[in-house]
Amino acid sequence: MDTVSNPPPDEPLPGRRTFFKWLTYGLGAVAAVAAGVPFLGYLLGARKAPIKWVPLGPVAGFPPNQTRLVTFANPIRQPWDGMVADTGVYVRYEGEDPKATDEATKHIFLVLAVNCAHLGCPVSWFQESGLFMCPCHGGVYYADGERASGPPPRGLFHCVYRVTHVRGVDQLEIQAPHYPTLQDTLTHPA
Amino acid sequence: MMRTLREIGNWFDARLSLRAALLPMMEHPIPRGSAGPMGWWYIFGSASLTLLIVQILTGIGLALVYVPSADKAYDSLLYLNYDESLGWFLRALHYYAGSGMVVLVLAHATQVFLHGAYKYPRELTWVVGVLLLLCTLGMFFTGQVLRWDPDAYWGLAVGGSMAGRVPVIGPWVVRQLFGGPVIGGDSLSRFFALHVFVIPGALLFFLAVHLWLVLKRGISAPPVPGEVVDPKTYDAEYEKQLKTGVPFLGDAMLKDALCSAVAVIVVVILAAVLGPKGPSSPPDPTLPGANPRPEWPFLWLFALLSLSPAGAETFIILVFPVILIGILFLVPFLSNRGERAPSRRPVAVLAVVVIYTALGVLTYQGVTSPWSPEMTAWSGDPVPEQLVRNSSPLRLQGALVFQNKNCRNCHALEGQGGRRGPDLTTVGTRLTPDQLIDQVSNGTPGGGNMPAYGKQIGAAEMTALVEFLANLRPLDTPAAKPGSVRTDEKQYP
Repeated sequence: MDTVSNPPPDEPLPGRRTFFKWLTYGLGAVAAVAAGVPFLGYLLGARKAPIKWVPLGPVAGFPPNQTRLVTFANPIRQPWDGMVADTGVYVRYEGEDPKATDEATKHIFLVLAVNCAHLGCPVSWFQESGLFMCPCHGGVYYADGERASGPPPRGLFHCVYRVTHVRGVDQLEIQAPHYPTLQDTLTHPA
Repeated sequence: MMRTLREIGNWFDARLSLRAALLPMMEHPIPRGSAGPMGWWYIFGSASLTLLIVQILTGIGLALVYVPSADKAYDSLLYLNYDESLGWFLRALHYYAGSGMVVLVLAHATQVFLHGAYKYPRELTWVVGVLLLLCTLGMFFTGQVLRWDPDAYWGLAVGGSMAGRVPVIGPWVVRQLFGGPVIGGDSLSRFFALHVFVIPGALLFFLAVHLWLVLKRGISAPPVPGEVVDPKTYDAEYEKQLKTGVPFLGDAMLKDALCSAVAVIVVVILAAVLGPKGPSSPPDPTLPGANPRPEWPFLWLFALLSLSPAGAETFIILVFPVILIGILFLVPFLSNRGERAPSRRPVAVLAVVVIYTALGVLTYQGVTSPWSPEMTAWSGDPVPEQLVRNSSPLRLQGALVFQNKNCRNCHALEGQGGRRGPDLTTVGTRLTPDQLIDQVSNGTPGGGNMPAYGKQIGAAEMTALVEFLANLRPLDTPAAKPGSVRTDEKQYP
């Protein structure tokens, strides 16, 4: 019968031991990548905004040149968002475009996000002075959304809108707004 | 009985060998001076550790009831406040022990800085300590978000707007922060995970390293003027001091234990008397008049941001904190030898005084936030009667224009109203009618703090408004004179 003997400690490692070592390193690397890449992909792949349209009501419901706060449950939401999904936009009907040729582009609207362009606080509309004011750092905007004073670096963010003709009624719709920031405005594709 | 207990203890220790491992650690000698009257300076670290234990226990307690879901979080907080037995107390204690922890960690860092205890060989202890301070502040910020009320919602919004300014990858950073394209359940879950798993894990790890370093490098002896730190000789001198040292476990620990007890009693009393903080109102983003305020440890940054010129804003948001934290990390490498006594380090003492004065003033400004308009002042604060007594109809009309055009939101009359712009109680002594028309029509030149009202106000309204404003002055004070009339050609022939 053959006897198996361990090599004395000073002798160089046999070939299979070296192979085993490199196999362990290799398998370890494969395991780390196999588990790590999907994990990082999960961590860093935050949900993007899909394009969804929100009906805000019939065009006839918006008197010309009056700014109205319209609230709706934002469809870019999780089912468990609750009241946090409630979103407001300021809508101002600016009348009909005399040069428009088709129904869809006839009505001119101004739809502004409530978020101040400075740091995102919700601006309030003041009918009497025709100004939007921000409660945080006093940013002020004119009725057309352009910056009037204070720290905001630009005017209010414009939402993308369209007018659809549903069962004989012109209806205002906007693209569901994500949270607007300076480099990720609402008109710029999300 | 005692014998049986001792035998059980011996049975366990024969297997765990804890006595041999832990007793020398607990009984390690510390410099005699640290155990003397100077030892009172050394209590802040252990007291913050005690409050951390309170935080872990109350945090686990709150997690038994709190629901980290956007549609239920607010209700579960109300349930904790009003229905769950002692839920209100646990919420209050969690808030005040957390606040106490920030205070004590800062006090600990300040003491270490003033006593030069961060110098050789304790540089790494300081660096890990800075990480612990950042973790503590991170816990405070993420904890505020879990109090799912308008402050939490709009605080996240402000955070998102700040993150959105990061060049190029800003939009991606915002999505990572919110966990999606909008503020909602994803954001709350994210901050819950940070507050309950990620930051506490990091904090406990850094704490273990911090304590290990304290054990291995020893507690610094109280500073003595003239005894300088020299890395070449320090270790031998410290060893010599330990020869006459006293064991940590024992009398030296008594001061720490006493102050920890006082810290717990103080936060318990604060919690019992002041009660839980918030939630202020339901997290409905369409509620008007939201006016988010950061928690108190961040009020100074809020004030700094609000008081800085627009051009410096992105710098203060993105670069300034990095510089500040970088300097904190670098402290032991900028000076790791020499004098330790505060009496021989005037620059260090001055730095502490300047930093805390600045933080104090900015925090006060943050509390009062005079830059924020009073959104309801135009309709809520009447024009003081004595300002319009015996007024002409035109002036009364002007007072009405003043209120209706929301001037009051930024301009106080007799201290009532917004303080973003100057108080106008005596504006008639400062500006002539022509100057008033110019100021109201054009606002601050270059789009500063006041909007141009030129298109927001009719000619008749302007006449009335200026009549009202120009007469706002004490009876015995003359009206403003046109002092700035251009007379260049005549004055300098």
